[in-house]
Amino acid sequence: MTKQQWPLWEVFVRSKAGLSHKHAGSVHAADAKMALENARDLYTRRGEGTSLWVVPADAIVASAPEDKGALFDPADDKVYRHPTFYKIPDDVGHM
Amino acid sequence: MTTVSNDDLFAYALRLGDDSLILGQRLGEWCAKSPEMELDIALMNTALDVLGRARGFLTYAGQVEGNGRDEDALAFLRDVEAFGNVLLVEQPNGNFADTIARQFLFDAFDLPFMEALAASADETLSAIAAKAVKETAYHLRFSREWTIRLGDGTEESHARMQAAVNEMWPYVHELFEMDAVEERLCAAGVAVDRAALRDRFERTVADTLAEATLTRPETSWRPVGGRHGRHTEQFGHLLAEMQWMQRAYPGCTW
Amino acid sequence: MKDALSGPDPREAAFQATVDSEGKIEPKDWMPEAYRKTLIRQISQHAHSEIIGMQPEGNWIGRAPTLRRKVALVAKVQDEAGHGLYLYSAAETLGASRDDMVDALIDGRAKYSTIFNYPTLTWADIGTIGWLVDGAAIINQVALCRTSYGPYARAMVRICKEESFHQRQGYEILVDLCQGTAEQKRMAQESLNRWWWPALMMFGPSDDNSPNSAQSMAWKIKRLSNDELRQRFVDQSVPQAEYLGLTIPDPDLKWNAERGHYDFGEVPWDEFMEVLKGNGPCNRQRMEARRKARDDGAWVREAALAHAAKRAARAEKSAA
Repeated sequence: MTKQQWPLWEVFVRSKAGLSHKHAGSVHAADAKMALENARDLYTRRGEGTSLWVVPADAIVASAPEDKGALFDPADDKVYRHPTFYKIPDDVGHM
Repeated sequence: MTTVSNDDLFAYALRLGDDSLILGQRLGEWCAKSPEMELDIALMNTALDVLGRARGFLTYAGQVEGNGRDEDALAFLRDVEAFGNVLLVEQPNGNFADTIARQFLFDAFDLPFMEALAASADETLSAIAAKAVKETAYHLRFSREWTIRLGDGTEESHARMQAAVNEMWPYVHELFEMDAVEERLCAAGVAVDRAALRDRFERTVADTLAEATLTRPETSWRPVGGRHGRHTEQFGHLLAEMQWMQRAYPGCTW
Repeated sequence: MKDALSGPDPREAAFQATVDSEGKIEPKDWMPEAYRKTLIRQISQHAHSEIIGMQPEGNWIGRAPTLRRKVALVAKVQDEAGHGLYLYSAAETLGASRDDMVDALIDGRAKYSTIFNYPTLTWADIGTIGWLVDGAAIINQVALCRTSYGPYARAMVRICKEESFHQRQGYEILVDLCQGTAEQKRMAQESLNRWWWPALMMFGPSDDNSPNSAQSMAWKIKRLSNDELRQRFVDQSVPQAEYLGLTIPDPDLKWNAERGHYDFGEVPWDEFMEVLKGNGPCNRQRMEARRKARDDGAWVREAALAHAAKRAARAEKSAA
């Protein structure tokens, strides 16, 4: 008997309208419908969800941890992207 | 409007409760035995849904009867002849295909049934059914998809699924059986006219079996009797297990 | 990249610094191979315990004495299946496959909590398991919510949230028994007598005999020692037993005002070692049941894959 397990799917749950989908974990399933059902049964037993995404795990492209410096550090010193960089006289009020 | 007799309403709520209770009891037997862990969770979800509505129907039956029997008195302290569930739901689990066939045939009937019952003139029955409709829509989706996967899967699964459908099919006819109790309640707008559901049931079955590459069985054997307490031999064993505690320790609070 | 032969790997120092500062390690981060292996072992053992734990409690689903108790028990056992899956899912982020982990369990190469090798003989056992076994598990798991590996910590947070009803469910069963007939109370006491010591064993060997503990503590995979957790459990359980009017079966159990803790007797470690080796009352049945579920279900799992492949082929053909 050839052994082959059901493929892995990553599960994302939207807990309520207005929020984005958030990664919850993974399930095994033979097809997309089953993946949705398994995700529903596993990750929304207590009414945690209003919407589900399932994505074949091998379809996710992830950045490599060793690229963390090159990818993300250059953003650290761009202080002018933040509102506190700019001085507005107090008299102007909230802006 | 026709007046509804309490005896009729009691009998009706009771048999609907029994259908759900016995199916839930059978599904619970799958715990930790399913073909995949995800399926353990799925089958127990269905069990919880049907046990939930069993509690609703049985509690209501007890109230209508007015003799102080609650859901537990009705579930655990009646003997075989007082149970009014159809024979289909008491069929043993068999292999996974058998369970799926039993579930699919029940769900294909149950969805239009609960939709119709949601329009019942009886508010309690209507409320239980309204909740059940959503649950059953999901049950049908699950059991229908699995019927198709197994039917149109491997040679082995196809053979097993066909055998399972053949095995369960004769018990379908009882789902559409009306007796005098239901005729009277139906005239009063309380009970569902089962015959009117047959077309939709047949369409669901035909579509699904076609997609599953399965053949609709033909049978002249149409076992009935569950509604009137004539059950299969297996049923006594089911009750022996389910009722053990209440029988062994009468009058206790748990 | 540094040559492994030329000295300690600088990545290891960075890793340990992250752990020391309560940072989290995520799946693709560099980690020492031994850390990865230890985690896979610990998380999969934990997952196996959840899955095997379904059996002793599932044993009473069919016989639960009321419908309310029946649905609560089904929901609880279902949670255990769910928790097993969360944990397998966390272990899979480390490159382990669930099938391999389950095979290791069934072949006897992987361990799971010794507690689940004891039989559930009476309904009171369902109460006692909820109260003591889930109580012990919660103590372990709350500590693990701060574990250093991100996916494991997140799974534990979710599990702890969901399990809060499990212990209450069990204790409530015992409250009903202890306020019931003499026969019911006797049933509760008899159950406590059988489960007390096995529950204490759930925290593992005493600290002097726990070979892997020091490294696991340094890696913050473990957060508190076995004996610390066990003491916490005893301290918490004694007043709960008193409320029930049950006697904990340990003649040496007494309050130690100086320490501010209960002293308790020696755990029967010989029994623990035997159960761990596979010689508990139910080890064989538990494995056999798991093996049977896997083997009997093979044709179903294959059919689902075959069907998915047929569908994919048909979709491709119609697109062409």
